[in-house]
Amino acid sequence: MSTRHEGLPANARQVGLEKPALQYGVDHDLCPGCGEPLALRCLLETIEELGCAQRAIGVIGIGCYTALTPLMDIDLVQALHGRAPSVATGVKRMRPEGLVVALQGDGDMVSEGLQEVLHTAARGEPLTCVLLNNGVFGETGGHMTATTVLGQRTKNSLDGRDAAYHGHPILIADLLAQLDGTAYAARASVHDAAGVARTKRMLRRALEVQLEGRGFSFVEILTMCPTGWFLPTAQGPEYLDRVLGSVHVVGELKREGRFVPTAQLAQGARAS
Amino acid sequence: MRQLMEGSEAIAEASIAAGCRFFAGYPMTPFTELLESFAKKLPAVGGVCINAESELESIGMAWGALATGARAATGSTGQGIALMQESLSEITRAELPLVLFHMARGQSDYFQATRGGGHGDYRHLVFAPIDVTEATHLAQEAFDLADRWRNPVQIYGDYLLAHTAEAVEIEPLRFEALPPKDWAVDGSLGGSGRARNINPIGMEKGRKGIEPEPFWKRLQAKHDAMERALPRHEAEHTEDAELVVVAFGTLARFARYVVRALRREGRRVGYFRPVTLWPFPSDALREATGSARRVAVLEMNAGQMIDDVRLALLGSRPVVAIGGISSDSAGFGIGPLLDADNVRERVEGALAGREVAA
Repeated sequence: MSTRHEGLPANARQVGLEKPALQYGVDHDLCPGCGEPLALRCLLETIEELGCAQRAIGVIGIGCYTALTPLMDIDLVQALHGRAPSVATGVKRMRPEGLVVALQGDGDMVSEGLQEVLHTAARGEPLTCVLLNNGVFGETGGHMTATTVLGQRTKNSLDGRDAAYHGHPILIADLLAQLDGTAYAARASVHDAAGVARTKRMLRRALEVQLEGRGFSFVEILTMCPTGWFLPTAQGPEYLDRVLGSVHVVGELKREGRFVPTAQLAQGARAS
Repeated sequence: MRQLMEGSEAIAEASIAAGCRFFAGYPMTPFTELLESFAKKLPAVGGVCINAESELESIGMAWGALATGARAATGSTGQGIALMQESLSEITRAELPLVLFHMARGQSDYFQATRGGGHGDYRHLVFAPIDVTEATHLAQEAFDLADRWRNPVQIYGDYLLAHTAEAVEIEPLRFEALPPKDWAVDGSLGGSGRARNINPIGMEKGRKGIEPEPFWKRLQAKHDAMERALPRHEAEHTEDAELVVVAFGTLARFARYVVRALRREGRRVGYFRPVTLWPFPSDALREATGSARRVAVLEMNAGQMIDDVRLALLGSRPVVAIGGISSDSAGFGIGPLLDADNVRERVEGALAGREVAA
């Protein structure tokens, strides 16, 4: 439960105390310092701000965030681990007027179900896939996924991810952005207030692309997982920005037909 | 009007007559022509057929279409259906009315069809049509029963059913009205506090955590009710039969032909066919074998349905296998056993009390 902080500037909103209209409450069962409730909130607020509350259909993967879905006051379909994009495809094809959003974690989308999201993008399905990327299987307690960065310690890469032994992380946004069916691809992060605001802007653009029927849209959101990273709660945002954020660099990778690879974003040539 | 149609095309036609508007599939012999037929026919009626990138995605896409309340189907052959098992069990627990067309390579997927390879407690109705005409009826019933019970229905066919052309008329069947699909997602309840959540674990909106046990117990009760209500069979000449031959699917057509021929010669032999493989018509089989000294199971596999026959008869009659593994060189299940003379020899052997080498 959020507590009111003292000494905040007069114009500061303490969002933890405010319940978004499409959320049943602000209380949840996830770990302290988890970034997923923030990302979920960004998504629900954006759906509401677009005036799409009565046409939104979420398709949910399996991960920690699955425990949050009873909080979401929009129609939902619970999918299997890895399979949300194909389920979302079936929903969208039969309900083209719906605003269809698939929500998956990095283990779900990039490890288990990589081909699903790639083909959905290649088909140019006019739906939005949202990835909550914290670089670990948080629900099982901090194990390596396909997005875990080199050197990152997890329960099954105890000395840090080693390229020679464990292979390299996948930059999923790059794979998706270069497909012709992808109209919009962006990578956001919720490690600070500016990041949260940028996350909402990116989600809004992605959902607008869907509403305009322009093709597949994708937003990757980097989220804190201090439990899965074996860190004190307060160190989550800094670790996210420094360790994951230096590899999975925030920015827009595909917009208005222009593809900007992560390597270029890393050099500071931001598309937004 | 009767038209000469291959089984695959006739089944697609019957499905569309029953209101199927979504299909997704991945090519695989002998299922491929069913996918071709849906791809050709569905767009013309405002439906959608997607060439999925794998069977995992085929069933995922059908899952999503079903969640919107549409009548939707997918299918494959045994190998592809094996890939779908995880989704199949979850879809059953999510109570979505999937129709699954299993065009098997022979009869060795009986266990897969009736027991399944998915996780957890789940059951689905399995129809095994004997010929194309029956398949066009059962396909339509499958869509009705799937909706009525909110449970997947599988049609177990094979190469012979998919590829045999028969003169058929697609008669749209009439069914009793169904309750509205108020569980389907359309997005309209967002923000109302009553938004839907179609899930396989008893998750409820606004309540933290899950409560699988009461949810799964309710499903078990439903499956028990299906087991009582849905068994179906065909039987001939069983009243005074000394030997009853039990067979399913297209192979049963050979068994029925042979039994009729032997009856004309005065031999006391009967024929019994489960039309539903699950629920297995156990009560009807016990009744049909009341006068029999032996029961012979003709199936084209190493012995799978024979387990259900033995469970039904509970040791009251000797049960012998007269079928066996039988295949063409490509493994499509068109073996030497699909031959009336061959079947007759086996049935006569069982009548004479001889053991048959499989």
